[in-house]
Amino acid sequence: MKALRYLVPLAVFTVLLVFLWVGLSLDPREVPSPLIGKPAPAFDLEQLHAPGKRFATADLKGQVWLLNVWASWCVSCRTEHPLLMQLAKANVVPVVGLDYKDKPADGREWLTQNGNPYSLSVIDQDGRAGIDWGVYGVPETFVVDKQGIIRFKQIGPVSVESLEQKILPLVRALQKS
Amino acid sequence: MIVRRLLMAALACAAFAAEAQPADPALDARLRKLESELRCLVCQNQTLADSDATLAGDLRREVRALAVAGKSDAEIKDYLVARYGDFVLYNPPVKSVTWLLWFGPLLLLLAGGGIWLLLIRGRRSRQDTDAPAAAAGAPEDDVIARAKAALYEEP
Repeated sequence: MKALRYLVPLAVFTVLLVFLWVGLSLDPREVPSPLIGKPAPAFDLEQLHAPGKRFATADLKGQVWLLNVWASWCVSCRTEHPLLMQLAKANVVPVVGLDYKDKPADGREWLTQNGNPYSLSVIDQDGRAGIDWGVYGVPETFVVDKQGIIRFKQIGPVSVESLEQKILPLVRALQKS
Repeated sequence: MIVRRLLMAALACAAFAAEAQPADPALDARLRKLESELRCLVCQNQTLADSDATLAGDLRREVRALAVAGKSDAEIKDYLVARYGDFVLYNPPVKSVTWLLWFGPLLLLLAGGGIWLLLIRGRRSRQDTDAPAAAAGAPEDDVIARAKAALYEEP
C-alpha cells in the first residue's frame, strides 16, 4: 500500500512522458489527407506547354501516375527537383505537374532553366484544382493507381528516403496489380 | 424602340449594380462567423478569417461562392472537410478517434474526485482511531483540550 503512493504518480508521469514524446515527434504541418483511398478529384485543365490542349485526370485511367504540385515561386520545389529529374530519366512512372497558382510564362521559364521532369504540366492559375486535391503546402506529390484512386500523398519535397522507401515500392506494387 | 432601349439600359445598370455591390451585411456577418470556425492550413493557429495566406484568401473566395450559391454552413464545412480533413474545423466532431479529446477532461475530473474521496476517507479513519472520543459529545472541547495540552506541555 505504501509502495502504491509512489508508484501511482510514477505511472502517471510515465504516461505523460510517452504522450509528450510522441507529440514532439509528430510534425504538425503534416495533416493526414482525407483523400487517401478516395477517387482522385477530376480536373480538366490547359496544358502548360501546349496552349489550347487540355489534360483531364480521366486520360490516365488504367495507368499508375504521379501528380506533383509545383510552382515557379515555390522555394522547396528546388530541393526535390533533381530527384524528379532522375525519376523522369528512369522512366518508371508518368509524372504530371500541376503548376499551382503560377503565371504560365513563369512556369515555362522555370522549367526551361531547371529542366522539365514532367510528362506534361497543367495550369491551375486560380488554385481551384489545388483546393480540390487538398493542397496546402507546395510541393505535394500524389500517387494515383490504375482505378484512379489516390494511394499516397507526400507533403513537402520528395526526399531520397520517401522516394525509395514509399513512393517507388508503392508504384511498382500498383503497376503489378 | 425607345422603351426597349430604356429597358436594356435599366438591365445593364441592374447587372452592374449587382456586380459592384458586394455589400450584403447579413452574408458578411455569416461568413465572418463561419470563417472564424475554420482553420487556415498554412498558418495553422489562425482562423480562415484572420489569415493573410494566399490559400486562406482562395478558401474564403470558395466559401463565399458556396454561400452565395445557397449552400448551408454545414455543407460548406463538409466541402472543406472532404478536402482537408477534420483539421480545418476548430471544433472537432465527436467520433471514436476524438473520444479521448472530448471525454478525457471528464475522466480526469472523475479520477481527481476519486483520489480526493480516498484521501478524505483515509484522514477520517485516522482521526477516528486517534481520538475515538471526538466522535462522542462536544468535539470542540476535545480539540481545545488537546491544543492546550500540546501548548503547555513541558518539553
